[in-house]
This record gives sequence, C-alpha cells and structure tokens, in this order.
Amino acid sequence: MRTLIYLVIGILFGITLFKSEAASWFRIYEMFQFQSFKMYGIIGSSVVVGLIFVQSIKYFKIKSFYGEEISFTPKNKSFSRYMYGGIIFGLGWALAGACPGPMFTLAGAGYLPILIVAVFAVFGTFLYGLLRDKLPH
Amino acid sequence: MNWIYEPWPWYVSGPVIAFIMLLLLLVGKNFGMSANLRTLCTVCGAGKNTAFFNFDWKAQRWNLVVVLGTIIGGFIASQYMTTDLAVAINPETIATLKTLGFESAGAQYLPIELYGNNVFSDPKNIFILALGGALVGFGARYAGGCTSGHAISGLSELQLPSLIAVIGFFIGGLTMIHFLFPLIF
Repeated sequence: MRTLIYLVIGILFGITLFKSEAASWFRIYEMFQFQSFKMYGIIGSSVVVGLIFVQSIKYFKIKSFYGEEISFTPKNKSFSRYMYGGIIFGLGWALAGACPGPMFTLAGAGYLPILIVAVFAVFGTFLYGLLRDKLPH
Repeated sequence: MNWIYEPWPWYVSGPVIAFIMLLLLLVGKNFGMSANLRTLCTVCGAGKNTAFFNFDWKAQRWNLVVVLGTIIGGFIASQYMTTDLAVAINPETIATLKTLGFESAGAQYLPIELYGNNVFSDPKNIFILALGGALVGFGARYAGGCTSGHAISGLSELQLPSLIAVIGFFIGGLTMIHFLFPLIF
C-alpha cells in the first residue's frame, strides 16, 4: 500500500515536470537568460505554497498519516560546501538542461541520450563520495 | 479538458510541486531527488570500499519507487497528454540559440542537436552530456541536495544553507550560459 502511494506521488511529479516544461532544456537556458518568467514562477510559487504548508505543519503540529511527528532537520551550518557544490551543480544543470528529477522524467518520455546524463550523474555522485574527505565542507 | 494537453502555466505547476512535497511529508518522508543517485551508487556496490556509500539502501527504497513513478509520469505526459511537443520559448532566446547552432529551438521539447538519437555517434555531444551529468551528480551531493531538496524543500523551511546553495546554482548556471556556452557551442 505504502509502495503504491510513493508510486502515485512519483507519477504525479513526473507528469508535472513534463507538462510544466521544467524538464525542457530550452526552458532552463531561457531562465538563465532571464528571458521568461515561467521557471521563476514555477520555483517561486512552489516555494511560497511550500512555505505555507511547512509553517502550517509546524504551527498546528500536524502529524503524518501514520500518526508520527513530522520533523524538519536543520541542515549543517556551513558556507563552502553549499556554495562550491551549488556552483558545480549549476554548471551541470545549465549544460545538460536537466536536474535529477527531470532526468528521470525525460527517460520515461523516451529521450534516450538522457541516459548518458543520468549514468554520469551517478558517476559524479560516486566521485564525490571518493573525494569527500579532501574537499572543504 | 483541452487545457490538459497544453503546457501547464507556472501557477498550476508550482503549487502542484509544493503539494507533492506536502504529500511526501505527510507520509513521513521528504522531497529530494538527488539522494537517489547516492542510493544507486550503493546498489551498484560502492559501499564496499567507500564509507559514504556504506549505508542500508533498503531504507531509501521508497525514494526509488518515487523515481520509478517519475519515469512513468514522463511517459504518460509525453505520450498521452501532449499533442504539440514544441516549447514556446521567447523569440529572442530562439534567435540566440540559432546563432549557437541550435536550429531546433522553438520547435522541439529538447534540442535534437544534443538529445536526438544521432548523438550516440557524435563523441563531442556524448562528452557534453556526460560532463553535464557528472557535474550535476557531483555538485548535488557536495551541496547536499538539488533543486527539489534545496530550492523547494529547503527554501520552504527557511533554511539558510539552502539559500546559499540556490545562489550557487545560479552562479554556476549563469557562468555556463553566458561565458562557457560561446566556447563550447
């Protein structure tokens, strides 16, 4: 049952990424050219609505469907890992025109070359794991 | 019902993505796609010699199911919910892309110059896609999250580290498109 819920959530996510065009390489390029409001509207409105959801969960102490407490773990305080990691991610996001969610959506939509991106994203993650202790965090 | 075949406007798509995050919170999980890339490393056996990948990946199985759904969702949306795949980007953007050699700008969902099936026989494009993917994977794990984990979840939780990461995403993206694209394409 729970597995089915995750699957349905994923399907809804995949459909939304494709239909919103957030999975389109062209939209990402256009966003970084500041020539359309669309991507900013998608990210901005999801953050505003998400903020209302998260603050409501905290304020009204809303529990999960299974009666467990919903906790938000503060991320470790640091600057370098978020800035350096973010810049590296941004370079790849703009070049491939896909971040980890849309990668899978596009694979489902039948764009086979996205598999090159996905396989190397796994490889990049592996490389990070190898070099982790040598990087500033 | 025609609207469903059209591209969804931002004021529909954004709130739906927030709703997806809410659903995951309500089933006791959290929204983060790039975590799956780490899980896939572990599934492939990377935990044997690297501590970072030595964790019980089965606890992350739920997220792999979300990935499977995301793939199926992409299939459904492209096959049954879209009549015209062309993405109507800004005409100025189309003109700029054409000068870079992207003739498919404005006519396709993805540039066929990079994502058409003939790229498999083009070493330069394979290298570009591989490099893009590797940077995404490396950067997402280094920063501790990607667009879903930092830009959507993290900013919704008002987490300062996520704001730093998102600023980093934009520095990287703007550098790539404004300074590196003219050298690459």
